Amino acid sequence: MIQLRNIKKAYKTEFTSLQVLKGIDLIIEEGEFVSIMGSSGSGKSTLLNILGILDDYDEGTYTLAGELMKNLSEKQAAYYRNRFIGFVFQSFNLLNFKTAVENVALPLYYQKVNRDQRLEKAMHYLEMVGLKDWSDHHPNQLSGGQQQRVAIARAMVTEPKVLLADEPTGALDSTTSHEVMNLFQEIHQNGKTVVLVTHEQDIAEKTERIINIQDGLILNSNE
Amino acid sequence: MKFFDQDKWNEIFVSIQKHKLRTTLTALGVFWGIFLLVILLGSGQGMQNGIEKQFRGDALNSIWMYGGSTSKTFNGLPKGRRIQFNNDDFENLQEQFPEIEYLAGRVFLSGTQILKYKKKNLSFSVFGVSPDMIHVENAQITSGRFLNKTDEQKRRKVAVIGSQIKDEVFGNEDPIGKDILLGDGMYRVVGISHDPESNQAQREIYIPMSVAQVVFHGNENISNLSLIGGDLSEEQVNQLQQGITETLAANHQFDPTDNRALYINNRYEDYKRFQNLFLGIKSFLWFVGLGTVLAGIVGVSNIMLIIVKDRTKEIGIRKALGATPRSIVSMILTEAIFITSMAGYFGLAAGIVVLSLLDNLDSDFFSSPEINLGVGLAAIIILVIAGALAGLIPSMQAAKINPIVAMRTD
Repeated sequence: MIQLRNIKKAYKTEFTSLQVLKGIDLIIEEGEFVSIMGSSGSGKSTLLNILGILDDYDEGTYTLAGELMKNLSEKQAAYYRNRFIGFVFQSFNLLNFKTAVENVALPLYYQKVNRDQRLEKAMHYLEMVGLKDWSDHHPNQLSGGQQQRVAIARAMVTEPKVLLADEPTGALDSTTSHEVMNLFQEIHQNGKTVVLVTHEQDIAEKTERIINIQDGLILNSNE
Repeated sequence: MKFFDQDKWNEIFVSIQKHKLRTTLTALGVFWGIFLLVILLGSGQGMQNGIEKQFRGDALNSIWMYGGSTSKTFNGLPKGRRIQFNNDDFENLQEQFPEIEYLAGRVFLSGTQILKYKKKNLSFSVFGVSPDMIHVENAQITSGRFLNKTDEQKRRKVAVIGSQIKDEVFGNEDPIGKDILLGDGMYRVVGISHDPESNQAQREIYIPMSVAQVVFHGNENISNLSLIGGDLSEEQVNQLQQGITETLAANHQFDPTDNRALYINNRYEDYKRFQNLFLGIKSFLWFVGLGTVLAGIVGVSNIMLIIVKDRTKEIGIRKALGATPRSIVSMILTEAIFITSMAGYFGLAAGIVVLSLLDNLDSDFFSSPEINLGVGLAAIIILVIAGALAGLIPSMQAAKINPIVAMRTD
């Protein structure tokens, strides 16, 4: 599903160049449940952003579902983000002026799905995350865990090829974290490829494979 | 992307509803700008209308000539001679100065004349006038016709009466075609005139000049002459005045530099002064109006910059979910254009409502304020375009920011 070959990425400023990724080789098969672990500054979030086509890379090749993700135009990038990827953020990133169901439906708007179908599908995914009764609430009326579940529903609504999550439990307490992880597990059991980034060992242990990353290089990837 | 996309409009309406402060601020800038512009230009027009009404008496570009008495000896003739115009003067002026558009003479009758009709018996002022007098006096015919050239040539005994005479003598009866007795003669009423100059003018009777000369005076004298010079420059008017003075001086043997022998009242200079005054008022209003629009442009541009800044995080989220930069720019601009045009429209409407309220206020120097609708619409379009342009560049920049970076802003 995901194939990375010698991915390098540097953040350049006028005088300095910070090499964040120094040559990542990685293969993630379809249906895998993988966590990427590493300390802050190890490059794990950068790697996830590249996987999510939210950032570009300098060298190497990234193939997603058989398509080469390189030198994409803004329009192509938007297309692949919308069709191939569901992204869950640490800080939820919901639109506060929209209700839960409208937030979930938003990616479908960019697929030109009409409003009724959008909302119907969004309701279905809200039900999946157990928030059907909260569909009319705005994000600021929901708890952190509920917000993250809305965000997961939003990531799933387009039926993406992979679900990417950047520290999805970073802003949640341990009980809520546990619930969210159960949700990811459920999604994985339905056959979805799930990749999440975390620095918490107990979160990572809930996945099937842990990839340790340090100083821009993969240390090991134990099964 | 088609413009009328119901889903897109739905997104925009939701966005407008949920961001009331932002919407109100954008709308208020445009509303206020257009509102002020309409009020300003409208009141300016009202002021001009009011002043013009004040001077609607005689035609603004007329020249009036009166005979005086000589104060200088000339060709061995003594001073103190009275200068009396006559039909020869009239004909000479008409022949020699083709640039005169309308030339009129007037013959005064001494005192007032008794008008008799049925049992009515009233006295009014009567003037013998040329057909062109209607243009010089700037009078209006409310019914029938004014005196014409045939009346003048054939010395028809016809009369045009002021509107008040009609009311006093005829009441509800239609005076046209009725015969009235003026002095010793019967005259047929052919028209009713209304001269906006004064109420006194509504109590005057006009008969052909030739009739007044023959019936009442038995000579060819003309009390005064008046003319309108057509479309002449100031210099041409001065030349005309000089030429007329020389012709009349030759006819009556007086020194052309003798300014007591001939009085000339040139209203053209007043006319010019008011033209300049109007021009001044208009330029000032346009200056202030354009300033208002400019301030509106600056205001709208500022708000657009803030809006884009305010929405950077939203833009980042939308991009992460698969929005193209183009759809982001289109969303922001459509929203801005929609808000500004609605606000402009309401500003225009509110301005027109206020102007129509001011319409009731009919003072000496203010009357029927109005606004050229085209000007109002043009101002709205300018503000809408300015708002769109001001939003275009920052929204294009914002749409290009990496979504990760955009989402990090708060």
